[in-house]
Amino acid sequence: MTRVEFDKHLRELKNELLEMGSMVEKAIARAVDALKRRDTEMARQIVEDDVKINKKRFDIEEKCVELIATQQPLARDLRQLISILHMTVDLERMGDHAEGIARINIRMGDEPLLKPLIDIPRMAQLGIDMTHRALQAFIDLSVEGARAVSASDDEVDALYDQVYRELLVYMIQDPRTIQRATYLLWIAHDLERIADRATNIAERVVFTVTGKMDEVGVSKY
Amino acid sequence: MSMTTDTVGISRKSLAGARAQFQARKLTDHVATVFLSACAVLCVAVLLLILGYVVYRGAGYINWQFLTALPKPVGEAGGGVGNALVGSAVIVTIAVLMAVPLGVGAAIFLNEFPSGVLGRGIRFLADILTGVPSIVVGLVAYGLVVAPMRHFSAISGAVAYAFIMVPIVLITAQEALRLVPSTLREASLALGVPRWRTIMQVVIPVSSRALLTGIILAIARALGETAPMLFTAFGNPYWNFDLTKPMATLPLVIYRYATGPYNDWHEQAWAASFVLVVVVLLSSILTRSVLRNKFDA
Amino acid sequence: MIETRNKLPSRGGDANPPPTADKESPPSAAGDANVPSRDISVTIRGVHAYYGRFRAIKNVSLDVEARKVTALIGPSGCGKSTLLRCLNRMHEEVPGARMEGSIRLYGQDLYERNVDPVLVRRRIGMVFQKPNPFPTMSVFDNVAAGIKLNRFWFSRAELGDTVERALTHAALWDDVKDKLQQPGTALSGGQQQRLCIARALALEPEIILMDEPCSALDPIATLKIEDLMRNLIEDYTIVIVTHNMQQAARVSDMTAFLMMDEDRAGFLVEHGETKQIFTNPKEKRTEDYITGRFG
Repeated sequence: MTRVEFDKHLRELKNELLEMGSMVEKAIARAVDALKRRDTEMARQIVEDDVKINKKRFDIEEKCVELIATQQPLARDLRQLISILHMTVDLERMGDHAEGIARINIRMGDEPLLKPLIDIPRMAQLGIDMTHRALQAFIDLSVEGARAVSASDDEVDALYDQVYRELLVYMIQDPRTIQRATYLLWIAHDLERIADRATNIAERVVFTVTGKMDEVGVSKY
Repeated sequence: MSMTTDTVGISRKSLAGARAQFQARKLTDHVATVFLSACAVLCVAVLLLILGYVVYRGAGYINWQFLTALPKPVGEAGGGVGNALVGSAVIVTIAVLMAVPLGVGAAIFLNEFPSGVLGRGIRFLADILTGVPSIVVGLVAYGLVVAPMRHFSAISGAVAYAFIMVPIVLITAQEALRLVPSTLREASLALGVPRWRTIMQVVIPVSSRALLTGIILAIARALGETAPMLFTAFGNPYWNFDLTKPMATLPLVIYRYATGPYNDWHEQAWAASFVLVVVVLLSSILTRSVLRNKFDA
Repeated sequence: MIETRNKLPSRGGDANPPPTADKESPPSAAGDANVPSRDISVTIRGVHAYYGRFRAIKNVSLDVEARKVTALIGPSGCGKSTLLRCLNRMHEEVPGARMEGSIRLYGQDLYERNVDPVLVRRRIGMVFQKPNPFPTMSVFDNVAAGIKLNRFWFSRAELGDTVERALTHAALWDDVKDKLQQPGTALSGGQQQRLCIARALALEPEIILMDEPCSALDPIATLKIEDLMRNLIEDYTIVIVTHNMQQAARVSDMTAFLMMDEDRAGFLVEHGETKQIFTNPKEKRTEDYITGRFG
C-alpha cells in the first residue's frame, strides 16, 4: 500500500481537527452555561482559553502547508487538505464567538438576566450539535451528513428570529430594558453566526467529496 | 589487554583478524600486478623484436635506387623493388575497390534487415572464410581467373586478395554499424530522412572510424599473404601496368629472394621486408589521421 | 497525398481547415465561456498497435487539440510511447510492428496507402528521452540536419536564417550563437535537448511529439524546457509522454491517462482538461494513479 506516510499525516491532522472541534464545542457549552449561572469566573476562564483555540488553528494550518509542500497531494487528497485549512478558520471564529458570549457575560456583571433563557440555550445546543455532525461528516466523507447539517441551520435561524422579536417587544414596552435586551441580542447573534460557520464546514465536506464548491443553504441573515 | 566482551572489544578483535587477511590480499594484488605487467611487457617486447630485427637487417639497404629501380637479371648485384612496390599497390587498390563495397554493403544489409537465420548464417560463413588458408584461396583464384584467361595476371591477384578481404571487412563493418546507437538512427528517421539517406549520411559517418579500421585490418592482412600471389600475379621482373598480365608484388620478391642462393638477394629480401612493414604502418597511421573525425575528443 | 510543408500554415483560414465534423457545436453567444470552440489537430480513432502478435495498445480514441500541450500519463508499459510513435509513423520502424485504426492530421489519414511515412515525419516532429544530437556534426549542422539530409542543394543564406529562427524558438540562440561550429555534443545536457528541439523546429512541423524529454535532465534544465513548451504552444501542438505527474500537471492543458489490462494491452481510461484531472478526476482508477495509491 503506497503513500503510507501521507495517509498517516492526514489521519493525524484530522484528529487534531476533531480535537479543535471538541475544544470549540466545549467553549460554547460552557459560555452559555456560565451565562445561565451568571458565573463570571468561568467566563474569564473561557476568554483565556480562547488563546489555545487560536494556537491550535495555526498549528493545524502550518502542518497542512508542510504536507502540501512535501507530499504534493492531488485530487481528493488535495481537496481534503484545503478543506482542513478552511475548517480551522471556521472553528477558530466559532471559538471567538464563544469568547464573545463570555465577554458579554462579564460585562453584564451582577445585573440579573432580562428574562429566563429558553431559546438561547436551544440555539447553543443546536450549534454544538451541528458542529459535531459537520466534523463527523468530514471524517465519514458523507455528503448526506453534510446536507443534514445545513437543514438544521434553518432551525437556528428561526430561533434567532423568535428571540429577536421577543426582545424587540421588551424594548418597545420598556425602554429601560434596552441595555439588557441588546446584550441578549448580541449573544443570540453570536450563536447564529456559530451555526453559519458550522454550515460552512458542511459545505467544505461536499467540496471534498464532489470537487464542487456549492452553497448548501442560504442564510437569511 | 581487556577481557571484556563489550562491543568495542569485539570489534577490536575482528579488525585485528581482518588486518592479516588484508595484508595477504595486498600481497596477492602486488604479485598479480607484477605478473600481468610482465606479460604486457613481453608482448610488446615480441612486437618490438620483430620490428627491430627487420629494421636492423633491412634498413641499411634502403636507398632511393632500391625503391625505384627494376630488379637486375639473375646473378647481377644491385637492382630494386620499384615495380614490386607499384605492383603491390595496384593489386591491393583493385582488391579494395572490389572487397570494400561488397563487404560494407553486406554489413549494411545484415544490419538494416536483421533476420536471425540469414544473419547468423552469413556471419558464420564469414568467420569460416577468415580461416581458410590463403594458399587455398590462391588456388581458387587460379581456377576461376587464371585458367580461363590462360595466363597469370594482376586481376587474378586482386581477386585473390579480395577473397581474403571480404569476410574481414564484412565482420568488422557489421560490428562497426552495430555500435551506432539506435537513438541516432531514430533521430534521423524522425526528421523525415529516408532510410537510405539515414544510412549514408548518418550511420556511416558516425561509424567511419571503426569501418576504416576494419578496412585497414583487411589490407594489412592481404598485403602480407604471399601464397595466393604464387598462382595469380606470379611476379614480373619488368614494369607492367597491364592488369591482364602478371605483376610484381613485394611478398613474392621477398619469397623469391629469401629462398634464392645469392647473399645480395638475401639482403634485398630483408630490405623489402622492411619496406613492407613500413608501408603497412604508414598506411594505418595515415588513413586514420586523414579521416579522423574532426570532433574526436 | 500529403505535400511537404515549408511554411507555417496561416492560423486563420488556412489551406487545410479542420473538418467541421471534428468541431464541437460553434460557440454560443459571447460570454458563454463553457463551450469554447475546439480546434482539433490529430484525431485518433480505434487504434490498436501490435509488436508481432503482442497487442500493446487496445482501441484508443482521442482528439488532440491544436496549440495545446497534451500529456500522456500512465504506469510503465501501458503503451504511452507506443501511441506517441504511432502518431509520426515511427512505430512501424520496429520489425514486425503494425497499427490498426485511423490517425488523421487535420482530416488527412496518415496511414493511407499512398502516404509516404517520410513526409508524415516532416510534419510531425519528435524529441526523444535522451538528447541525441548527431555527434559528427556541428551545432549549426545539427539544427540544419533536417534540411541538409533531405536535399541535395540549399542556399547558405536560407539555411542560416532557418537555423537562427529555430534556435531562437528553442530558447537556445543566445547560448550558442558564438558556438555554432562547435560539435553538437559539446553542449550541456539541457542545451543538447534544446538543440534537438531546435532541430525538430527547423522543419516547421505542426505537431511536436516529446517522449519523456526531461527525464535525463537536471531540475533546472527541466524547468527551462517546460517554460519553452509554454512558449511553443503559440505556434505548435505538443504531445508529451511523461512519468512525472507534477510535470504533467505543470505543463499540459489536456491529459490522457492510459492503463494496462490483464493482457498488458494499454487502453485509455480518461482524457480531459489537466486542471480537472488533477483536482477532481472522473474515474476512480485515474484518482488512484495520480494520488499514488495504485495497486
